[in-house]
Amino acid sequence: MSVRNKKRTGQLRVKSKTENLSEIRDFVNIKALEAGIPQVTVENIILAVDEACTNIIKHAYKLSPEGEIIIKIEYDKEKFTVTIIDYGKSFEPDRVPLPDLQKYYREHRVGGLGMYLMKSLMDDVEYISVPGEYNQVLLSKNIRSG
Amino acid sequence: MAEFSTSVRESGDISIINLKGFLDAHTAPTLENNFTQLINDNKYKIVVNFSDLAYISSAGLGVFMAYIESIRDNKGDIKLTNMSDRVFNIFDLLGFPLLYEIYKNEDEAIKKFSGS
Repeated sequence: MSVRNKKRTGQLRVKSKTENLSEIRDFVNIKALEAGIPQVTVENIILAVDEACTNIIKHAYKLSPEGEIIIKIEYDKEKFTVTIIDYGKSFEPDRVPLPDLQKYYREHRVGGLGMYLMKSLMDDVEYISVPGEYNQVLLSKNIRSG
Repeated sequence: MAEFSTSVRESGDISIINLKGFLDAHTAPTLENNFTQLINDNKYKIVVNFSDLAYISSAGLGVFMAYIESIRDNKGDIKLTNMSDRVFNIFDLLGFPLLYEIYKNEDEAIKKFSGS
């Protein structure tokens, strides 16, 4: 059924500045609502994308504001996928341990929380890193209708 | 641009910070400044009212992590109140209710400071 499974797409390209996070959230909001996703799930997807982009701005680009972030959205009736691409320092997600809050509290550490939220809020989180070329994080959410 | 603002009030020796709007990596420094200022003024009894907060990301949650220890070392605390279910869920997901006292409203939090 090609009509039923027709994919829709959208793309946003922004510079790696935290002030662009609100534009990114608005873009995801519009697309997720277009996809007919329930509000609570839309908010979870927005937060996951915010966390991914915040990590890119802070870690891949180390707060340099001239980096490029590309956010691609693709959805059909079954799945809503956000692909986020950057050209900064590559990221090794396996080296980020799940946060131990008590330890974080003692050590004043806050990194890693975003990664944990992304994994909790989305159905699938996948990283592809080609060092020196690009990094890509795929966040996907299954859409359950009804 | 995400809209975020804070305002600080006093109730006796307790300082109350109201949060409004969107607290993310861009706006978190505003709240950091509030905490820094209060600590500089030796005000360690702090209630944070979330009633007008629409959104929080881990960068916002991190602000509370960054200041709580020095505040508790000075016999103070950060108590959190008036969270929407949405914002509470994010705190809960990260296990924050184990680290912070969260109350339904300001009065409860203020009583906790004066009572015990």
